[in-house]
Amino acid sequence: MITCVNSRLEESIEQRSGQLVRACYQCGKCSAGCQLAFGMDLLPHRVMKLVQYGQEARVLSCSTIWLCASCEACSARCPNGIDVAGVMDALRQASLESGIAPAQRDVVAFHRSFLAGIRLAGRTNEPVLIAAYKALSRRLFDDLGLGVVMLRKGKIKAMPRLVQDRDAIRRIFRMSERGSNRQ
Amino acid sequence: MKELSFSYFPGCSQTGSAAEFGLSAAAVGAALGVGLHELPDWNCCGASSAHMTDDLLSVALPARNLALARSAGRDLVAVCAACYSRLRSARARLNADAGLAARLEEVLGSSPVFEGEIRHLLDVLINQVTLPGIRPWLRQGLEGLKAVPYYGCLLVRPPRDCCCDSVENPTDLDRLLGFLGVEVCRWPRKTDCCGGSLSLSRPDLVEKLVNDLFESAVEAGAGCIVTACPMCAANLEMRQKQGRLGFSLVHRIPVLYFTEILGIALGLSGTRHWLESHIINPVPLLEATGVSLDPEPRRAGAARKVPARPGRDPGGVATG
Repeated sequence: MITCVNSRLEESIEQRSGQLVRACYQCGKCSAGCQLAFGMDLLPHRVMKLVQYGQEARVLSCSTIWLCASCEACSARCPNGIDVAGVMDALRQASLESGIAPAQRDVVAFHRSFLAGIRLAGRTNEPVLIAAYKALSRRLFDDLGLGVVMLRKGKIKAMPRLVQDRDAIRRIFRMSERGSNRQ
Repeated sequence: MKELSFSYFPGCSQTGSAAEFGLSAAAVGAALGVGLHELPDWNCCGASSAHMTDDLLSVALPARNLALARSAGRDLVAVCAACYSRLRSARARLNADAGLAARLEEVLGSSPVFEGEIRHLLDVLINQVTLPGIRPWLRQGLEGLKAVPYYGCLLVRPPRDCCCDSVENPTDLDRLLGFLGVEVCRWPRKTDCCGGSLSLSRPDLVEKLVNDLFESAVEAGAGCIVTACPMCAANLEMRQKQGRLGFSLVHRIPVLYFTEILGIALGLSGTRHWLESHIINPVPLLEATGVSLDPEPRRAGAARKVPARPGRDPGGVATG
């Protein structure tokens, strides 16, 4: 077992993700099977290496961590058993906490809209989600044609569905705001 | 057949844009004697957005559902691949971390430690109802229909939570479709990611993934794509190239849920209603293959009874 830790960043991401980032030996299998690699500024195996090297600013500001769709092909195939997608989760969370401007603001706006909707209703209502995302990302005029098709096909329901015990949902969100258990 | 009884987690999509998945799952469950009891007052699992941005939230949101499932006392069945994945992941974390479970119990007011199984409906149908168990209820074969089975990511990955027979080359859906008479086309993308979580925020990237999938399905000779994930279905139907303002489709290949295909073969009422809510209308394709979408009403409760003469199909239809 490899016991040498390369950098403080590596140590903190290992702690946060529960994954042995130090075990990555750059075989590149994660990048080879990544469906979204074509859109990334750093290939996944390079992100792993930069975490080992402690290149915090580069890693937390790259687009890769936000373009990873968490399909987990990398995690399923890593010969060293590293859950690479889990490492990406840890990097996303670290990036948000660091205050570094995320490379993909719209992706972050989507996640914020999604969680805000759950906080409000307890469930995800697609029209509410889309409206919240449009407001946050200021992409008001995207997908109008699609919206018309969705309306016609009955994909957009008039009444949002709510969880009755919304107080429990609020307690869950307040708890998570007080701090993640992994820090 | 032994009556099966599960708590059922419908998931947000199945009450919204993927209503036809929820309706067909419920109808198929009822027809095959799989009791699906909706979890009372369930909440959203948090999906990708929670685990990507807030680790604690990604456990705490499913934890409330697990606490509800614990009180209900039955195994839990999900139909959405993302819900399935998040519920399984949270259960593993909670059952391994007593401190976290205790903290969440304090917030939720009841224990989130769920000892029951969390399963996908496809797994229940294949491994518990089994194909021979489905055979007596088949009303029509689906010969003439060509399809590629599309599993996507979260039914098979991570390997710990794989509900199919293989992580890299699952065949459960293949076998179900083949059993129903569908010609299953071989293709290399059955577990490729469609980019669902980026569908709204990076449609430019997602379009490429979706078009690759369609092109591969066409190349394989398929007339439709059959999936078990509402995110995949929504993404494939809505995110082809030229999506934006002028919404016109390049690929007219319908995307269907496995429960809809099964419902058609079982001759369930309501199939036409499910099918018509798809953005890419599958009705012409299905009617061209000679499949009936308006079956004669079956006797109430008939599907639940054990056939009078075992081994004979009550519908009298050859099932191939």
